[in-house]
Amino acid sequence: MQYILLLHAAEGGFESMTPEQQKQGLAAYMAYTEALSKAGALKGSNRLRPVATATTVRVTNGKTQVLDGPYADSKEQLGGYYLIDVPDLDAALSWAAKCPGAGHGTVEVRPIWDMSDY
Amino acid sequence: MSQQITSIEGDEQARSTADAVARRSYGKLVAFLATRTHDVAAAEDALSEAFASALADWPRNGSPANPEGWLLTVARRKMIDAIRGQRYTDVDSEGIASIADVLAAVPAADIPDERLAMMFACAHPAIDPGIRAPMILQAVLGLDAARIASAFLASPAAMGKRLVRAKVKIREAGIPFRVPRREELPGRLEAVLDAIYAAFTEGWTDPGGADVVRRDLSEEAIYLASLVAHLLPDEPEALGLLALLLHAEARRPARRNRDDEFIPLSQQDPSLWNSEHIAEAEALLHRASALGSIGRFQLEAALQSAHVHRCRTGTENWTLVVQLYDALFALVGSPVVAINRALAIAEVHGATAALDAMPDLAVDQRLAQYQPYWVVRAELLFRTGAHAEARHAYQIAISLERDPAVCRFLERRMSALPA
Repeated sequence: MQYILLLHAAEGGFESMTPEQQKQGLAAYMAYTEALSKAGALKGSNRLRPVATATTVRVTNGKTQVLDGPYADSKEQLGGYYLIDVPDLDAALSWAAKCPGAGHGTVEVRPIWDMSDY
Repeated sequence: MSQQITSIEGDEQARSTADAVARRSYGKLVAFLATRTHDVAAAEDALSEAFASALADWPRNGSPANPEGWLLTVARRKMIDAIRGQRYTDVDSEGIASIADVLAAVPAADIPDERLAMMFACAHPAIDPGIRAPMILQAVLGLDAARIASAFLASPAAMGKRLVRAKVKIREAGIPFRVPRREELPGRLEAVLDAIYAAFTEGWTDPGGADVVRRDLSEEAIYLASLVAHLLPDEPEALGLLALLLHAEARRPARRNRDDEFIPLSQQDPSLWNSEHIAEAEALLHRASALGSIGRFQLEAALQSAHVHRCRTGTENWTLVVQLYDALFALVGSPVVAINRALAIAEVHGATAALDAMPDLAVDQRLAQYQPYWVVRAELLFRTGAHAEARHAYQIAISLERDPAVCRFLERRMSALPA
């Protein structure tokens, strides 16, 4: 089954770290990505630029509305994701717990609705 | 005419065979189907359709030699049909084929018992804690939402919705149906034990054991508790739960007299108690205490043990009982424990102190519908001489009681109040 791990965290945390801490933080993510890849579980992964760069689009009565900012203005923001393929939820939760993001934010685990089902 | 009579007899026989199989095998059959499809609701639906087919078929063709296997064969066919019939938009043809293969793989004569695996799926950390026990009661024991709702002080409609939501989550989130590995087991165990306890207390509300389905519920709970205790011999709370249930079950024969009147613990005849159950419970409790980790079920079993000891020997031990309730209340903090603790306090410090120790109706409104709250309140008010208030509390308690024998007992207590 495929799951997406959505990494939510307070923005600016990384920028406020010392260069040494930033190096360690990046190394932790690289090691985690490597472990997922070696286990054959990694389908995709990306880090997102800060919400200051986000633009929201909504179409109402045929009119396109474009707004500056993210969908939800909350303290913790979506900062990246891992798309993984594992046997069941226990495996997905176990990978989520190992994710560095779980240590400095929240990891939401969502099953993918496989479009080949249609 | 004679044919009609035969048909009615056949109907009755088919119904009683179906009832017997339902009681013995319901959870096992649901677990078999659900473990292979991850779909508890579809398994329950398929099985209930299979039971309906049995009631139509067995009177005509006679009950089969292996009714359990017959039901499983029909239920898995119904389940495959339901999946093929696009009941699910999220299963492709390959998925249908593989589900059909998996369902057909095991011979109906040799059905493995996977109830425990299903219980751990229902009690998974990804499931809302409040719905885990109701899920197990429904999936393993076949209780309907209305009855579960009454046991958990909830509305049937709300309980039904929550059960549906939890089943969808199990299926769509890919929650595994397996017994957790040893190292992750203790943390997962509490919800399973809670559910078994809830199943037992639901059966316990029929103290005479006259209602067969209810009595079987207690027996099934004891069976499940034995199964868990056997699987986890070093888990003190699993042993504690079984000890607690055996203690309570041991006294069942003494809870009613020949006229089916309710007999409170203090007036029971200890010679009617099942001494084998009591001995087994004491041995389990001893083993559990040697493991050095106290918990809710061990404390409750120790309380039962203390009551039994007092009644058998005539030695007062209410101070110990209050201490055990203090420890239990510190651990659980539930109003139900506070009510029982108040009764013990009455024996040591008197009824006025006990009334002060009762939980506050203004703080927890659910108590207004909780029969034991009004019974204990009535008894304590009686003892303090507040007769008018006691009468009022008895009236509420009687209006909330389902068991006619307990109603008669409470009416006798109320009539003992000075006019």
